[in-house]
Amino acid sequence: MAMQTQDTALRVAGIIEAMKGVDGPLLPILHGIQEEFGHVPQDALPLIADRLNLSRAEVQGVVSFYHDFRRQPAGRHVLKVCRAEACQSMGGEALAARLEQLLGIGFHETAGDGSVTLEPVYCLGLCACAPAAMLDGEVIGRLDEARIEEIVAEVRR
Amino acid sequence: MTPVIYIPGDSGAVALGADKVAAAIEAELKARGTQARIVRNGSRGAYFLEPMVEVRTEKGRFAYGPVKPADVRSLFDNGFLTGNQHRLWLGAPDKIPFLAGQTRLTFARCGVTDPLSLEDYKAHGGLRGLERAVSMPPAYIVERVTESGLRGRGGAGFPTGIKWKTVLEAAGDQKYIVCNADEGDSGTFADRMIMEGDPFVLIEGMAIAGVATGATRGFIYIRSEYPHAIDKMNRAIVVARRAGMLGPAVLGSPNAFDMEVRVGAGAYVCGEETSLLNSLEGKRGVVRAKPPLPALQGLFGKPTVVNNVISLASVPIILDRGAAFYKDFGLGRSRGTIPIQIAGNVKRGGLYEAAFGMTLGEIVDEIGGGTRSGRPVKAVQVGGPLGAYFPRALFDTPFDYEAFAAKDGLIGHAGIVVFDDTADMMKMARFAFEFCAVESCGKCTPCRIGAVRGAETIDRLAAGAEPGESLALVSDLCNTMKFGSLCALGGFTPYPVMSAINHFPDDFRPQAVAEAAE
Repeated sequence: MAMQTQDTALRVAGIIEAMKGVDGPLLPILHGIQEEFGHVPQDALPLIADRLNLSRAEVQGVVSFYHDFRRQPAGRHVLKVCRAEACQSMGGEALAARLEQLLGIGFHETAGDGSVTLEPVYCLGLCACAPAAMLDGEVIGRLDEARIEEIVAEVRR
Repeated sequence: MTPVIYIPGDSGAVALGADKVAAAIEAELKARGTQARIVRNGSRGAYFLEPMVEVRTEKGRFAYGPVKPADVRSLFDNGFLTGNQHRLWLGAPDKIPFLAGQTRLTFARCGVTDPLSLEDYKAHGGLRGLERAVSMPPAYIVERVTESGLRGRGGAGFPTGIKWKTVLEAAGDQKYIVCNADEGDSGTFADRMIMEGDPFVLIEGMAIAGVATGATRGFIYIRSEYPHAIDKMNRAIVVARRAGMLGPAVLGSPNAFDMEVRVGAGAYVCGEETSLLNSLEGKRGVVRAKPPLPALQGLFGKPTVVNNVISLASVPIILDRGAAFYKDFGLGRSRGTIPIQIAGNVKRGGLYEAAFGMTLGEIVDEIGGGTRSGRPVKAVQVGGPLGAYFPRALFDTPFDYEAFAAKDGLIGHAGIVVFDDTADMMKMARFAFEFCAVESCGKCTPCRIGAVRGAETIDRLAAGAEPGESLALVSDLCNTMKFGSLCALGGFTPYPVMSAINHFPDDFRPQAVAEAAE
């Protein structure tokens, strides 16, 4: 466990060092950490605070403000489903409910087997091909029941 | 001549399968031993035809769409590399009615050129605005922009030239150009399309803004939901820097200007300019009170131009063709063109750039072709989640900042979301409150608490509890939010809520609720 923490600290320090020189470095650092670890580990916060000469509360406040920063690791797949108006106009809400049912989890939850995390997103800019979703960074338009079943099969594989 | 095949790399086209079509075309070329050059262009914006593949032949350019991977073999069998007929043949792309009716100024190159080829950009009229700007005194550039009548395309509609003038005249050892690419409004994708399809026009616009105001550094704040746009902008900046379009001597002039991309982190409120500045500084994206204006004390306390992507991307053509040319389009105080984004439940969804002044009905019925579901149009939300819902009775409203304001609405970033008659407007009103509650930065009490109370009150209304009192409470809350919030999130959430209540009262009647519950 101690080894793990030490390893985390080294990796976090590397990311901070690489970004420290930019103006307003906190968001780029947090993005870098999330990219590295898949989430922002609590252990990383005091290190960032120390290196940027901020209080821990300030760093904590920034991390908790933004929807993107995850406090726990996500599932192997991350499925973001747009819940905004354009997607609602094309039956997005019924599809979202169907997805929850098929995956057996709600939004903001990760499946028990760690296969997938289901997240809401408010607009992917794919509003002329609604309903839309993003699976592991890949964009999907004109979602329908059949496509949803494919997605569920894909993330369970 | 080797044929050139254009397959959009635009994320909307990709969401509809463009990458799979590209792979199928590559495989087919290989299997047949045929030579052709593939360009991943942007989208022309006719999403109902995407993935739309184009071929440039000796006879000109021809479009085919919507193409599925399974269509690729038959396209080749029918000689699509020479522009031959096929059941997916659409003819010359600029003759497609949806595209032929547009006035493409800002989006002139989007979907036409290779987004990362500066040669292609120049061959299609790019860079002429910046070339002119570097030979002009800064005040003269600012005057041209003011004269053009260009107003902030992000939604606020503030005259761009006036903002630039303030920054030009402000004292400061460092000034900044900040491009707001946090396009979070549902129903809008114009910023995304231009960043993915013609990134150089935004870079050129920002460089002109820098030269005009004395700012030497620029930031493009792009939302994290747009990974394709982030990638394209980053790569285009590298190309522009290498070509001397950015750097210590912009196009060989004494002006220095460089820029970088910053990525948001999923907070809608960061589309508000002062929240965005806080976010860029590495803080919580909380709204700042104005004054001080960002033009005087913006990023890191320095004079800062904060402009939307489309505002900045419209500047090069103004400098190139002149203020009078741009101003000639439009009506009243809404000059130039506006890229209208037609979205939601609509037959022909996409981006339609036109001079201000078309009526809402023309846009929805004639251009958009009515609903995709084939059912009657019930409502259209104009201007994103903070925009009003318009009923058919207001379809004669011309697309113009003031005309929409006069009907208790706003054009915002010019996104239009169409709903058919299955839409429940009470649900949509509740969603407006819920969205505001989720995204509120928490600074203003009316927004932070009002949005939560609003959603709760609509739930009570839906349950049939004290309908008269509940509705009165909702309008009272809206009034408080409208006048008691610093920014548009709390201040404009009343637009969708009150327009739903006022224009669709049947959806809020207790008996309707009771019937729906049965």
